[in-house]
Amino acid sequence: MQTTPQLLAWPGPGLTRVPFEVYRDRALYDAEQERLFRGPAWHFLCMEAELPEPESWRTTHVGETPVIVSRDRQGALHAFENRCAHRGALICLGEGGRGRRLQCVYHAWNYDLEGNLRGVAFEGGIDGAGGMPKGFDKAKHGPRKLRVAAYSGLVFGTFSADAPGLEDWLGPEIRTRLARVLGKPVRLLGRHRQMLPNNWKLYVENVKDSYHASLLHSFFATFRLNRLSQEGGVEVDESGGHHVSWSRMQTDRASDDYEKSGLRAWKEDYALADPRLIRGRDEFGDGVSLQILTVFPTFVAQQVQNALAVRQVVPKGVDRTELLWTYYGFEDDDPELAELRLLQANMVGPAGFISMEDGAVGGFVRRGAAGAAGLAGVVEMGGAGVESQRGRATETSVRGFWKAWRAVMGL
Amino acid sequence: MSGLQDAVDGLFARYAMAIDDDRLEDWLALFAEDCRYRIAARDNVEAGLPVSVVYADGRAMLADRVAALRRANIYEAQRYRHVIGRALVEPGPPVAARAGYHVARIMREGDLMLFSAGEYRTAFDEELRIREMTVVYDNARIDTLLALPL
Repeated sequence: MQTTPQLLAWPGPGLTRVPFEVYRDRALYDAEQERLFRGPAWHFLCMEAELPEPESWRTTHVGETPVIVSRDRQGALHAFENRCAHRGALICLGEGGRGRRLQCVYHAWNYDLEGNLRGVAFEGGIDGAGGMPKGFDKAKHGPRKLRVAAYSGLVFGTFSADAPGLEDWLGPEIRTRLARVLGKPVRLLGRHRQMLPNNWKLYVENVKDSYHASLLHSFFATFRLNRLSQEGGVEVDESGGHHVSWSRMQTDRASDDYEKSGLRAWKEDYALADPRLIRGRDEFGDGVSLQILTVFPTFVAQQVQNALAVRQVVPKGVDRTELLWTYYGFEDDDPELAELRLLQANMVGPAGFISMEDGAVGGFVRRGAAGAAGLAGVVEMGGAGVESQRGRATETSVRGFWKAWRAVMGL
Repeated sequence: MSGLQDAVDGLFARYAMAIDDDRLEDWLALFAEDCRYRIAARDNVEAGLPVSVVYADGRAMLADRVAALRRANIYEAQRYRHVIGRALVEPGPPVAARAGYHVARIMREGDLMLFSAGEYRTAFDEELRIREMTVVYDNARIDTLLALPL
């Protein structure tokens, strides 16, 4: 890798400033692909439930890189680039399938489910003419492979030999919180795909930003589903990169902070004609009605009452991001709970009552930050540190993201 | 039969014009009290996966959706322009129909995009109010957000 000249001058103090170039700079974006997405971090690939059978595969991405994740005949998971060793075409088109061999459509080179090149069409030529040279060694040609590991039914991969083991990468707090919402056999409910008009980091920051939730998302606040005065907190892991934000719905202290400040998010007279939508069930038995968890850099696990989903953030260019939502329930859901999950799916997703604004707000920053080279945003709510905090009027986990990002980017 | 065809095509035209004119309250009036309405990706529908981006079990939930758009949700000023193809009508009973649609989305600043294409799968009650409707969208990816119904 060529040494990059100083990509960015980072203003202080500490982690409380974020230069606007980080969302707009092409050289930084390219450096991220190398240092972060192909670097020593684990990246979400898919749910194990999406590969339920032996000899099946799915396509996914790590950063911009197209990746195939597969399950072999014995049930072991593998992942490798979705790029033919011959001319670089995609090996697999489509979202997934079954089979023992994967074949590139261009010249029919084929691969086994571990990503090894097995067949070169007309390798010996036709009628003794043409063909590959005698010394061509298929074992030396093939897509780059990833290390793969699964935790709680989530499959992660990394291109790096230097990344720690997945469980160490996640850490004890994140493992416990993931296991909480993924502790049983999963039933897939479907997927949403959404294109965001902004850099991927703006979406990840938004997810980590518990401060905005009750301010931007008026629906939430109005029904006291996530008022900042509820019992809750933000936990940030040691690296800063992972976080959990949680709250309990039934413990609103009826603070009048909202009313006093005359905020838009407080609309007293607003009532639902059919409140079935917000009547959740305490399915995990701990009263926690909202848990938003991130694994650095681009994975989100969401519990909004009984709407459970994982989200994968896929960069598609400096100013374009794909957001993939995979909704799930459990195999032992009773019919009432199964229906409740579908109703509550209205709250989140591209048309979510409490999340649709998140699809647009990153674009507002992108447009606002035009012409702002040399300037920086301010993230000082809850101080300057990166630590777990009670209450959610804090940006501790946003600072944590930048701590982890700067460490891996060397900036 | 041509009377029924005209009636169904007319209903879809009223459906589209109500949305395009920002008369969502008139749009609500086209639904039966006990309607079910979904907006769902074709990939999910074809795979038998039940999740929707919008799902209302009853007109009251649809009314809540309209109320949220009017009073709670934040989205940039935008409007739609629908073009709906001639409906393929099954006389039933119940009367059912499929129709293809295109929706262009026009943002306040003037940008226009073909936002969605897909089909309406609809069943009606005796008074030709919408009893069941699934908007199956073909564009797997939703750009930015979906606020107004398709």
